[in-house]
Formats: sequence, structure tokens, C-alpha cells
Amino acid sequence: MIRFENVTKRYPNQNRPALDGIDLNIDRGEFAFIVGASGSGKSTLVRLTIREEIVSSGRLLVGGHDLRKMPQRKVPQLRRQVGTIFQDFRLLPNKTVQQNVAYALQVIGRPRRAIRALVPETLELVGLAGMEKRMPHELSGGEQQRVAIARAVVNKPPVLLADEPTGNLDPATSLDIVHLLRRIHDSGTTIVMATHDNVIVDELKKRVIELEHGHIVRDEEGGSYVPKAVDNRDLDELEAERDDDLDEGSTVPPQDRPIGEVHALDEWDDDAEDLLR
Amino acid sequence: MKPSVFADAWEGLRRNKSIAVSVILVTMISLYLLGVGLLAQRQVDQMKGYWYDRVQVSIYMCTDGALQPNCTGEAATQDQKDSVAAQLKDMEPLVKDVYYESEKEAFDRFKKDYKNSPLASNISVGDIPPSYRVQLSDPEQFETVASAFEGAPGVASVPNLRQVFAPLFRAINIVTGVMIGLAVLTLVSAVLLMATTIRQAAFTRRREIAIMKLVGASNRTIRTPFIIETIASGVIGAVMAVGLLWVTAWALFDKYLLHTQGAGSGYISTADVWIIAPFLLVGVVVLAIGTSTVTLWRYLRV
Ligand SMILES: Nc1ncnc2c1ncn2[C@@H]1O[C@H](COP(=O)(O)OP(=O)(O)O)[C@@H](O)[C@H]1O
Ligand SMILES: [Mg+2]
Repeated sequence: MIRFENVTKRYPNQNRPALDGIDLNIDRGEFAFIVGASGSGKSTLVRLTIREEIVSSGRLLVGGHDLRKMPQRKVPQLRRQVGTIFQDFRLLPNKTVQQNVAYALQVIGRPRRAIRALVPETLELVGLAGMEKRMPHELSGGEQQRVAIARAVVNKPPVLLADEPTGNLDPATSLDIVHLLRRIHDSGTTIVMATHDNVIVDELKKRVIELEHGHIVRDEEGGSYVPKAVDNRDLDELEAERDDDLDEGSTVPPQDRPIGEVHALDEWDDDAEDLLR
Repeated sequence: MKPSVFADAWEGLRRNKSIAVSVILVTMISLYLLGVGLLAQRQVDQMKGYWYDRVQVSIYMCTDGALQPNCTGEAATQDQKDSVAAQLKDMEPLVKDVYYESEKEAFDRFKKDYKNSPLASNISVGDIPPSYRVQLSDPEQFETVASAFEGAPGVASVPNLRQVFAPLFRAINIVTGVMIGLAVLTLVSAVLLMATTIRQAAFTRRREIAIMKLVGASNRTIRTPFIIETIASGVIGAVMAVGLLWVTAWALFDKYLLHTQGAGSGYISTADVWIIAPFLLVGVVVLAIGTSTVTLWRYLRV
């Protein structure tokens, strides 16, 4: 689904590459954590995957498409297939919850009828039923991130990228969000999540890819965080938070509702099947 | 997406009100100046068409006591007149029609043309020389014909009407040049202001744009509101400029000159404003599309 082949990314005027010779394959339906200290290249990896940045050398294939060769006019198509969420939620402050989610469909020209059906369904799935008319500033951080997730998945993309989605959230809320992501994953969505939250990584026991200075230093299934952080005080704090979280088992939301089927990819161009590899 | 495109554009214009108003006003001024230049040129063409069509080559013959250097102080002889007539006949078909106006006829015409003028009572037969009035099939060839008789025996003078008009046309051409020069300068300001407006609007809407890019909105969806906004302010400016031009032409020509000089006397009118208006409108739309495309291409890359 996502394949890095000896990918190097150099930013202009930086002597050290942000990513250096990355080889990585993420299959359809996987849930992978990208971990590593700040500056290790996690966000760069995400930005390359949605072609916000272009690889400096090597090949990056998403759904079989070489992103370096992808013409500019096809980039929107790529982004409709790859949902994204970020630490800072990126909601429109002057639109309601419902409008924020609908906006993502409007601007890609989905018909009004489809929008009317998809938005409430998605809001229900992320646990925001009843909050449709609220403004972002009337929501907690966790609720805002749920809106962002709803917006990212409302078009049913096969891939969801999350760049430190819990970075602004307290530990309990972070776990809620990750459990929501796991439910989305259970319905077939491939998820790549950059984080340096050890609690989350250890809780889910999924594949862990660790970056350090732009190199992959670890790639293991069912891994744990085991941060190679220099600052041990931070580590202790994280451990303490983790213990707190485990005591609060009740914050985990019910996992009975499956997220809707993955989008059929019919809007994808000529070789749509490639994405399903 | 369709109906909201215009709503977005309207919203954008409203949000950047003051800068949108500057774009409209500067566009209006530059198109007004351009319009004045174009109208002045139409006036020149109109006058040329009007007068040149009526221009006859008048070959005045010598009279008794004529002071022109070519005359010997005596009236032109019949031989000299015949030779001019024969030469004119040779110049057919460029010479379309020749009419000989005798001293008596010239006197009668003068009397009739200036019947209310004190000049008429002081003039007698013989004061106005006889002349050949020559109609040309191609008025542009005036010079060729006139020069052939300049200084011929018995010919007093061949006045060149073009020389009378030349300074007027030169003046109008200077006006046109100044207008078009100013129009170009103000058009440059209009283009720069349009570009600034787009950048400002893009900055105001940076969150929306970032999200649109993120969720895979096409370039067209992202850019169309900006282009429509730019076209809208340009067109509003152009419509206002056309209005001003109309008022100008109406006050100057329809109301004043045509009123005092009568219709069909070689002046433009408000009708000419309607002829140049579509060019101004199409021009401003092209300019707006070009400016916004280039600006957006530079500032809104995916
Ligand atoms: N836009 C950019 N321009 C220049 N350097 C950048 C840019 N973005 C990131 N970097 C550099 O690339 C490296 C990796 O950054 P990033 O991918 O943001 O890491 P992480 O998300 O793991 O913190 C860092 O050294 C950072 O300074
Ligand atoms: Mg980062």
C-alpha cells in the first residue's frame, strides 16, 4: 500500500537529510506506529506520503503510484485516498462540527445527497452524535480531534495518516482517540500513526517502526515503545501517566460500532486496483 | 460546489472591502483613460472620413492683378485653362469629376454661403478667382494631383486642405498618446493591486485553503473563487468606466458639439462608447484571468 524504496529527503539549506535511505513497506490493512524523538523525521514521512513534500531520491509508492512521477493535477486524487489528522486538529473555527465535516466533501464536489447521508453517519461513528451544531471552541480537545477524524474518514479513504494525533491531549483522552483509530482500522483502513506516546504504543501492540536521525533503527510486529530518549526525566513522567491510564479502564469507549466499508476507490484513476495491492 | 462558488467570491469581496474598492476604482480610472484615448482616435478617423471624402482639389487660376508669384499679374489665358483641363482628363480615373467654377459662379456661391455676413457686401465679381473643382476617386491621392498643378502656368494656387487639418490631428494624436500612456501606467497599478488583493484574500483564507488541499480539493475548486472575485471587481470597474465615458461623450458631443454643429458633421457620439465598451470589458476580463492565474500559480501551489 505504501512503499518506501531507499527514500532520502533533504530540505533545502539543511546539511543533514530529514530521512536517509528509508526502506519500508506498509501493507493494506496494517496499523503501524512511527516512533522516534522529535526531529527524527516522522512528520517528514507523513508529508512525503501525501505529497506535501517530494522525495529527494529513491521511490515512494502509494497504491502503486510513484509519487515523484505523479503529475501535480493528480495529487488531489491521492489526498482523497489518504485521510490525515494532526496534533493541532486544523478545524475551521467559524464552522460547526457538522459543517467542518461536510466541508471536506463539498470541496471535492460530492453531491449534496451523499453529504447528507455520510456526515451524520460518520459523526455517529466517532461518537459525536448530538454535537453537530457545536462550534469547535465549544468542544474539548478530544472532541475536536474526533471532528478531525470524522473529516478525515468521511470520504472513506483506504489509508489514514495520523501525525501525533494525541500530542495535545491528556493521557485518558489520548487512549479514547487511539481506540477510535483502532475501530477504524478494524473496518479495513490502513493506519500509519506517528507518535511519541509510549502508553499508546504499548497498549495497542501493533507494528512499531522507530526512526532516529532519519534512519529506521527498529521495525517490529507487536512492539512496544522503548524510547531511546535522552531525557530520562520525561520518560519517568510518561511511565507515571501510563500507570494512571491503566487504572482508568472505564474511559475506553464501546467498540461495538464498525466503521463503514472502505471506499470503493472508483474515483481513483486508470489503475485503481494498484492501491489494493 | 457551483452555487457556493459565487457565494464564496461575494464573501471574499466583502471581507476585503477596502482593497476590493481600490481595485475597482483603479481599474475604472485606467479604463476611462484608455477609453478616452480610443474615443479620440475614433474622432480622428471620423473626421478624416468625413472631411477627406469631401475634399476636392481646388485649382485656382490667376486673375487680373493676382499677386501670387506664379501669376504674371494677368488672368490665365484660355490656353492655360484648356491645358489644365486636358491634364486633368489624362488623370482619369483618379480624377473622378471636374467642375469649372467661373468667377461669376464663385461670387454667387460666396454670396449665398455668407449672406448674413458683412463680408458679402464688400466683395465683387472677380475678387474670387475661377477654379477647377476636382473630385478624386481616391481622396488619399490628394498630394499626387495637387502637386501636378502646383506652379503650372496660369495656376494661382492649389490650397491643401490637409495642411489645415494636420495640426488638429496632431493635437488629437498627442492627446491619445498621453491618455494611452496614462492608461498603461494605471493598468499596471490595477494589475499589481489585483495581485495584492489575491494574496491578501489567500492569506485571509489560508486555513480553508490548507484544509481544501489536505482533503484533495482540485486546484480549480481552490482557485475559482479568487478568479471570480478578481473578474468581478475588474468588470465592476469597467462598467463604471464605460458609464463615465458615456457621460463624457454625451456632454461633449451629443449635447454640445452635435447640438451646435448639427448631426453628421464628423463628430463621434455616445454610440461610439458602446462600440469600444465590449473591448474594454473583454480586455479587463482577460487581464483579470491572466493576473489571477499567474498570482495563484505562484502563491497557491499544492
Ligand atoms: N520544512 C522544513 N524545512 C527544513 N527542515 C525541515 C523542515 N521540516 C522538517 N525539517 C527538519 O527535518 C528533520 C525532521 O523533521 P520532522 O520530520 O518534523 O521530525 P519529527 O516529526 O519526527 O519531529 C528535522 O531536523 C527538522 O528540523
Ligand atoms: Mg513532527
